[in-house]
Amino acid sequence: MSDITNKSLTEIIDLIKKKEIKSEEVTNDYINNIKKGKKLNSFITESFDNALTKSKKFDTKPNYESILPGVPLAVKDLFCTNGVRTTAGSKMLENFVPNYESTITANLWSEGAFLLGKLNCDEYAMGSSNETSFFGNVINPVEENTVPGGSSGGSASALAADLTPATIGTDTGGSIRQPASFTGTVGLKPTYGLCSRWGIVAFASSLDQAGPMTKTVSDCALMLEAMSGFDPKDSTSINRKKENYSKKLTQNIKGLKIGIPKEYRVDGMPNEIEELWERGKKILKEEGADIIDISLPHTEYALPTYYIVAPAEASSNLARYDGVKYGFRSSKGSNLIDMYENTRSEGFGDEVKRRILIGTYVLSSGYYDAYYIKAQKVRRLIKSDFDNAFTKVDAILTPSTPSAAFKIGEKKDDPISMYLNDIFTVPANLAGIPAMSVPVGHDKNNLPLGLQLIGKPLGEQTLLNLALSMENKSNFKKNIAKWWEK
Amino acid sequence: MFIDKDKIKHTAKLARISLDENKIESLSKDLSDIFNFIEKLSKINTDKVSPLTSILDHSLRTREDKVTDGGIREKILENSPSKNEEFFIVPKVIE
Repeated sequence: MSDITNKSLTEIIDLIKKKEIKSEEVTNDYINNIKKGKKLNSFITESFDNALTKSKKFDTKPNYESILPGVPLAVKDLFCTNGVRTTAGSKMLENFVPNYESTITANLWSEGAFLLGKLNCDEYAMGSSNETSFFGNVINPVEENTVPGGSSGGSASALAADLTPATIGTDTGGSIRQPASFTGTVGLKPTYGLCSRWGIVAFASSLDQAGPMTKTVSDCALMLEAMSGFDPKDSTSINRKKENYSKKLTQNIKGLKIGIPKEYRVDGMPNEIEELWERGKKILKEEGADIIDISLPHTEYALPTYYIVAPAEASSNLARYDGVKYGFRSSKGSNLIDMYENTRSEGFGDEVKRRILIGTYVLSSGYYDAYYIKAQKVRRLIKSDFDNAFTKVDAILTPSTPSAAFKIGEKKDDPISMYLNDIFTVPANLAGIPAMSVPVGHDKNNLPLGLQLIGKPLGEQTLLNLALSMENKSNFKKNIAKWWEK
Repeated sequence: MFIDKDKIKHTAKLARISLDENKIESLSKDLSDIFNFIEKLSKINTDKVSPLTSILDHSLRTREDKVTDGGIREKILENSPSKNEEFFIVPKVIE
C-alpha cells in the first residue's frame, strides 16, 4: 500500500483492523521515513528493533479490541522508558537508562502501541524553539531554517513530517500548543491531574501536564483516551472514570457559548493572526455557537507570574542532579561541593542554568515574599478570571501564538522576546485548565497558524467538539514539500 | 531591578553551580532584564489575596504507611556514576 504514513492515526488503525495492512508494514514505512528525515534532527534515540519485534508479535497474535492496535509511536524524550535511554534533551542525562516506565507510556503500550523512538526537545523542556537541546536544534518540516517551536519541538517536527503517526508531549507553559501551532498540527494540554506525571522528567510540578499531539482532532481524542486516567503513583492525579472522548466526539456545537477575551489583542500582533481569529469566530458562529465578548483582566500578569513560579519549581526539582544517584558526574574537583558545582555547571546548558538561578533567587531569603508569594497570589487572581468567565461561557477562543514560526537563531539571544512566545498559552497552565491548538490557516509566507480553545476544568470533550467543527470548516490543508528527502 | 555580579555569584553558590567568570556579565544582564519584566507584578494590590499553591480542589491523598516496592537496591544503584555493591560513592567528606 502506498503512502500509509501521510494518513491519520484513525485511518491507519482502521486499515489495521480491516486487515488491509499489517503492523509490520506500517512500522517499516515509518522507519524508512525516519531514516530519510535525519536532517530534521527530531529523534534523539531510535528503537527500530523494538518496534519491529513488537509489530511482528502483534501481527502473529493481533488484539483489535485495544485503542491503539499495532501502532508504532515515537514520544518526547521526557517520558522515562524502561531500558531505553531518556535524556530530557540534556547532557546531564545523556546516558541515563531508566529501569521503569512512565505511567503515560505504559498506558499507551497497554492499549496496543509500541515505542518507535525518543524525540528531541528543549533541555528539561525549557525553551520555545527547540534551540536549547544538548542534541542540537530541531528543524520545522514546514520550512528549512525555521524552528518547530518548543519545548516539544521534536514531537511536532516528527509528526508533521510523517515520521510518527501521532505523539505525546508535555506542556508547562505552552510546550505542546505552541509547536503544534508552528507545524500545523493539533495539540492538547489536558486539565492538570488528568494525565499522570509519574515517570516524566519534572520541570515545574504544579504546571507540567502531558498531552497528545496529532494530525487530526479525532486522533487527538483517541490518544487522550489511551493516555489519561487515574494513577495512585501521582498524588495530584484526579480519581475519576475514564472518558470515551472519541465515541462522544460530535460536530454539534449548537448553543455553546464562546468567550472572546479582549486582553488577547496584543501590540505588534500581525494582522494575519487577527484575521485568523475572526475566521475562527465566524466558523463557530455559523455552526451555531454564541460568540460573547469577555474580559480576563489579569492576562498581562500571567507571563511575569509564570517566570517566577516555573523557575522556582524548576530550581527545586533540578536540585536532584548532583552527580551522585544518576546522570552525569564531572571528573573535576577534589571535594564534594566542588563535585556538585562542576557537575551542574558542565551538565546543564545555559537556559537551564539561567532558570535555576532565577528560581533560586526568588526563593532565597529576603526575596521569597516579594517574588514567590506575590506570584502565587497573582496566580490566584488569574485563576479567578477564568472561574468568572466560565460562569458565562463554555469555552474561550484565542490565537495560539502571537506570531508564526520564526527563523533559527532569531530570538536565541533575547530571553524576553523568546518568553513572549508563550503569552497566550501560559494562563491555562497557571489556572490548571485544558487548552488546545487547532491549525486553521497559513500566513502570507505559507507558515501555519493555529487557534487556541481554552476550556473549563475537565472540559476536554467540549474542546474536542469545538476543534472538530473548526477543523472541518477551516479546510486547513497541510502544505509540506518533503525538502529534506532530496 | 539590577542583579549585579555579586548577587549572581551568591545565587550560583546557593544553586551549587560554578560559573565561568566570563559568563557572569551576560547573566547579570539577562537576569536584570527578566527581573525588570517580572517587576510588573508590584503594580497589583494583592493584600487581600491568599497565595495559590495548588489548583486542585482536593487535598493530597494519603495512603497507609506500608512498604509497596522495597528491596530494589540494585535498581536504585544501577544508574549511579560511582558505586559499589551497596552504596553510592562520593568524594571524601570527612578528613
